[in-house]
Amino acid sequence: MCETGKLLRNEFIGELVKKMGNERKSLLPILQEIQKKYHYIDEHSQQVVADLLNIHPVEVNSVISFYAFLYDAPRGRNIVRVCKNIVCEFHGSKGIAKALSDELGIEFDQTTEDGRVTLEYANCFGMCDKSPSILINDKIHEKVSKETALKLIRELK
Amino acid sequence: MNNSDKIKRSGPVLFSEYEKGSSVKKALEMEREEILFEIKDSGLKGRGGAGFPVSTKWMLTAAANAEQKFIVCNADEGEPGTFKDRVLLMEYPWLVFEGMIIAGYTVGAKNGIVYLRAEYSYLLEFLEDYIDDLRKENLLGKNICGRDFEFDINIILGAGAYVCGEETALIESLEGHRGEPRNRPPFPVNTGYLGFPTSVNNVETLSSVPHIIMKGSDWYNKFGTEKSSGSKLISVSGDCNYPGVYEVSWGTTLNEIIELTGAENTKAMQIGGASGVCLPASEFHRTLAYEDIATGGSIMIFNKDRSMLEVLKNFMEFFVEESCGQCTPCRIGNVKLLEGVEMIEKKDYTPEYIDKLKDLGKTMQIASKCGLGQTSPNPFISILENFKDEIFSKN
Repeated sequence: MCETGKLLRNEFIGELVKKMGNERKSLLPILQEIQKKYHYIDEHSQQVVADLLNIHPVEVNSVISFYAFLYDAPRGRNIVRVCKNIVCEFHGSKGIAKALSDELGIEFDQTTEDGRVTLEYANCFGMCDKSPSILINDKIHEKVSKETALKLIRELK
Repeated sequence: MNNSDKIKRSGPVLFSEYEKGSSVKKALEMEREEILFEIKDSGLKGRGGAGFPVSTKWMLTAAANAEQKFIVCNADEGEPGTFKDRVLLMEYPWLVFEGMIIAGYTVGAKNGIVYLRAEYSYLLEFLEDYIDDLRKENLLGKNICGRDFEFDINIILGAGAYVCGEETALIESLEGHRGEPRNRPPFPVNTGYLGFPTSVNNVETLSSVPHIIMKGSDWYNKFGTEKSSGSKLISVSGDCNYPGVYEVSWGTTLNEIIELTGAENTKAMQIGGASGVCLPASEFHRTLAYEDIATGGSIMIFNKDRSMLEVLKNFMEFFVEESCGQCTPCRIGNVKLLEGVEMIEKKDYTPEYIDKLKDLGKTMQIASKCGLGQTSPNPFISILENFKDEIFSKN
């Protein structure tokens, strides 16, 4: 990362910590905000957060690695998650997953070369009554067909 | 919000007539002990699945001597197949929040925290706006309803971890740590969030409280069975014509649920989500009740065309992924059980080895640190037992 990039992150994280407090309990919300802006939490940012919260950077990394929705490696600008619960599976989620994968030319847990989309599986979204469902960023789409799913990902910027 | 999110069947308890804000006003005019006894007499138990008596939790939190106390609303419903809390939060948020306010008053807490699962982050703005409205209506903040009582609620988002539905893991997560369950004791009622006494209650449990305050424990006891009072929200999905959230009385049979949801050719019902039990048609006369099939309310219906081995494999993959890895029985055990399922799939197993795995499952039920590892062998044991003809004749 270039020096300017680092400075921008320092400033952003500094503001966040000022707003949310430098206690340990603020760690998760701080990481969520960093990720919202930069799509993942890079090593430099982890170090900055650790310094400001007065904890070891390994602590920060171990928290990131624990949670499925936090990333310490680059992810796409958009995260498309397909529900893996058995009810969604019986209602066609595997076919949707394959269609998305074919369309984007990537496997699950991979990101398109232009950084536009990352494909992921996730466990039950709590949408079983309207299965199959997919979560695009933080918007849920219910009862999706292959066609709708493809249409939705084509619209992503 | 989406119209189709309406409750499929509103029963006479949780959705009975209710004027917003009325229970808070009434509760604040009661003595704290009176509320505790009313809740105790109602027999209300935790609706997240564990079924712990609410009055005991509240009494212990109330009795603890501390500078600060907390009420935590567990909105981390991650059990596969459950979605009732989502619908409650969307359609009846006042019941949840008013339940929290009454809980706060009763135990002496000034702060309430809703731990909302990351998968429901699309509800965040709506819920935060709602909390703002409650502040404007003086149901939150200082001098609530003109009484000497202050309480506020904030929402913290989870980050995608099933185990955080376990109350001590949830507290760890709130404190900014990995969501790894703690040893108990000490229990959260003594040593909870930031070391302070904390009562962690499920969304549905809290939603029951305003009704009990307004209508009394005698009224509440009119519903349900002798040992399970009130009603239960069930989330029904899978092979049925009308999936959705239903309020049913405790004591409802599985057959009645099949009828209610228009399920046909039902082969199996998975009660209590992936960590619950899978029952065949011969057991459909059984009832939902703490004394029979206790459940958080996830019901997945499978018809005769579904492969039960596929169901089992899906559940075991889930547990392998969601085990926090802290204790050995759960971390290794679930991997071994999944390997067993894959061996059956490949027809490369011996019955003796599968029996050994069932024993391993029983060991996990005893030796795992938290509810995740203690319940994750349930589908392995119940599906292989109840559907052995199908699974072992084909494989």
